[in-house]
Amino acid sequence: MLTLDQITLAQGPFSLAADVSFNDPITALIGPSGAGKSTLLNLIAGFVAPSQGRVLWNGRDISKLPPSQRPVSMLFQDNNLFPHLAVWENLALALTHRRPNAKQSAQMKQALSRVGLVGYETRKPGALSGGQQSRVALARVLLQARPLMLLDEPFAALGPALKQEMLDLVAEISAETGMHVVMVSHDPQDAARIATGTAVVDEGRVSAPMPTRALLENPPAGLKAYLGATQAP
Amino acid sequence: MASRAVSVSAALVVAGMVLVPVTAVLWRGGGFGGLGPADWAALRFTLWQAALSALLSVVLAIPVARALARRAFPGRSALIALMGAPFILPVIVAILGLLSVFGGKGVINQLIVPLGLTRLDIYGYHGVILAHVFFNLPLAVRLLLQGWLSIPAERFRLAATLNAPVWQVLEWPMLRRLCPGAFVVIFVICLGSFAVALTLGGGPRATTVELAIYQAFRFDFDLGKAATLAMMQLLLGLAAGLVALRLAPRDGFGAGLDRQVARWDGISRSAKVADTVWITLAAGFLLLPLASVAWAGVPGLFTLPPEVWLAAGRSVLLALGATALTLTLALPLLSRAGEAAALLGVSVSGLVLGTGFFLLLQPFVRPASVALVVTMLVNALMALPFVLRILRPGLDGAKADFARLSASLGLSGWALWRIVYLPRLRRPLGFAAGLTAALSMGDLGVITLFADGDTATLPLQIYRLMGSYQMESARGAALLLLALSLGAFWLFDKGGRVNADT
Repeated sequence: MLTLDQITLAQGPFSLAADVSFNDPITALIGPSGAGKSTLLNLIAGFVAPSQGRVLWNGRDISKLPPSQRPVSMLFQDNNLFPHLAVWENLALALTHRRPNAKQSAQMKQALSRVGLVGYETRKPGALSGGQQSRVALARVLLQARPLMLLDEPFAALGPALKQEMLDLVAEISAETGMHVVMVSHDPQDAARIATGTAVVDEGRVSAPMPTRALLENPPAGLKAYLGATQAP
Repeated sequence: MASRAVSVSAALVVAGMVLVPVTAVLWRGGGFGGLGPADWAALRFTLWQAALSALLSVVLAIPVARALARRAFPGRSALIALMGAPFILPVIVAILGLLSVFGGKGVINQLIVPLGLTRLDIYGYHGVILAHVFFNLPLAVRLLLQGWLSIPAERFRLAATLNAPVWQVLEWPMLRRLCPGAFVVIFVICLGSFAVALTLGGGPRATTVELAIYQAFRFDFDLGKAATLAMMQLLLGLAAGLVALRLAPRDGFGAGLDRQVARWDGISRSAKVADTVWITLAAGFLLLPLASVAWAGVPGLFTLPPEVWLAAGRSVLLALGATALTLTLALPLLSRAGEAAALLGVSVSGLVLGTGFFLLLQPFVRPASVALVVTMLVNALMALPFVLRILRPGLDGAKADFARLSASLGLSGWALWRIVYLPRLRRPLGFAAGLTAALSMGDLGVITLFADGDTATLPLQIYRLMGSYQMESARGAALLLLALSLGAFWLFDKGGRVNADT
């Protein structure tokens, strides 16, 4: 369980307040752009420090830990792979900063086969399609084997079908490994597809997560204004 | 490597390498009372030749840059690339090229003397200024071309629909903003010019302060006077450096300069003719001397005396050493503070540093035995600011793109540099290494104070061949030096590009 304990963050005119717990296997954060969704993820991952409050994972305070020591792996909007390194070298970074040993190599092979990219070891990211790049990044998340995966709209640049495919892969990985997922989305369809719980981020406030279906069928005022006239699925 | 201690010690090393010799100069140099009228004449000449060179370069650059900005023609991007060449062109090579065009038996004289016109004489102040314009006109053209290309295409469209005078509403305001900066940059460069004055100047009417330092060393062996002159040059450099820091435009090293903006003015026949004339003149002025070096160098290339080859070997080693040293110092200095520390070196001329090192070392060792080491140090210090300016944007970009990913993977310290930053910086590192190697290969400065017969570099060897009127060997050696400089630049730059994934 991820707990944001009386978190406040002030960056110039922008401020963010959160006092919530996320307990669903997959939680979506939805809300208008600029509301602070990505900032919240950066705060959980340790790239931004809160002005006040604590971040807790299963009751343990992780607020003081550097990003690499947190129980967290994160996929960003872009630049999730080093373009100068081959797929294999990109994956190895999840396990070691040196040459991977036999055991690590076996793990990497397994992760590659899970995302269906066996045979692509020596390709560089530039020689992969957008969907394949996302798969490599997910394979690295698998190898990092952290209990919490943060997604900052990493599939936003993909077409609708490919995006759904990736979201389904995330849901499968979460189910297989027990990894929790917190994902940012500006598209309620994404949340409806895989997230069991959804929290609304609006005007610098994070609401408590609600069951996604119930929330989208009967949205509160702020969310209704954001969703507009489109019919909730 | 990014750790604070390493950065701070690198900054201290650089500051020390500048400040210690400067202190030696100040300590040894007496008051200005000991200077004779010839020395004050050198100061006056230094100032006015720099001012005139800068003025001519900027004024001539205006029509050339405008023509390049608004005309499309085959070879345009090659010509613009060529405008970057003088930066890595060894001065002594350019001098030989200018001599064969403008010199006593040069092309121009062969054309005009039969017509009854007076013979051109390149030696003297006009030769010094001609050479300075040759080196700095391309720089001015690039700075102004950047200004032209920074005017958004929409404004030209707007001006065209309003039938507004483009020169008055767009070009003149841009020039008024950029020209003072371009003037100051070139003025500063010409203040510290040594090799040009050494080869074309001299005598009471064309001696710069730097040349006077050299003469105090070589002819009078008056170290006190040399130190006093070095102090004078130091003050000049610092004052000009401060002014330049406020006014200087940033030179982007030509990135994206081969763009061309659609224009609706300048379609009259006279404008087209004028632009063609300016482009042809500028191209000829730059290309003829270079072509003549290549052409006239070939016969001598096959009969080069063995000491030329030895000197070439020394120059290659010197260039490689200076490149390695510069990059080693540059990486920990890639920060605002580091850039400031390196800027310290720019305002202090190579000859001032050389004088300082000479004063420090002369009581302990034979100066000639450390000539190459000192030259390498000074070359590294001179190249450092350029290298930092080239590498900074690349590092900032790599940080912006990959800092979070690196942090989440626990990459820090040397691993971060090895796995992320160095590979991301490959292209600018290659370019920077190429520039440093070429600059160091062609440098004719400090080495003249220290070297004896056994330690000459290739540029110095060429100067000596010229001094003993062995012109065929000098031209052959100049072609060799040109090939080595451009080759070193090309190899490093290419090495940074091959297989670089962005």
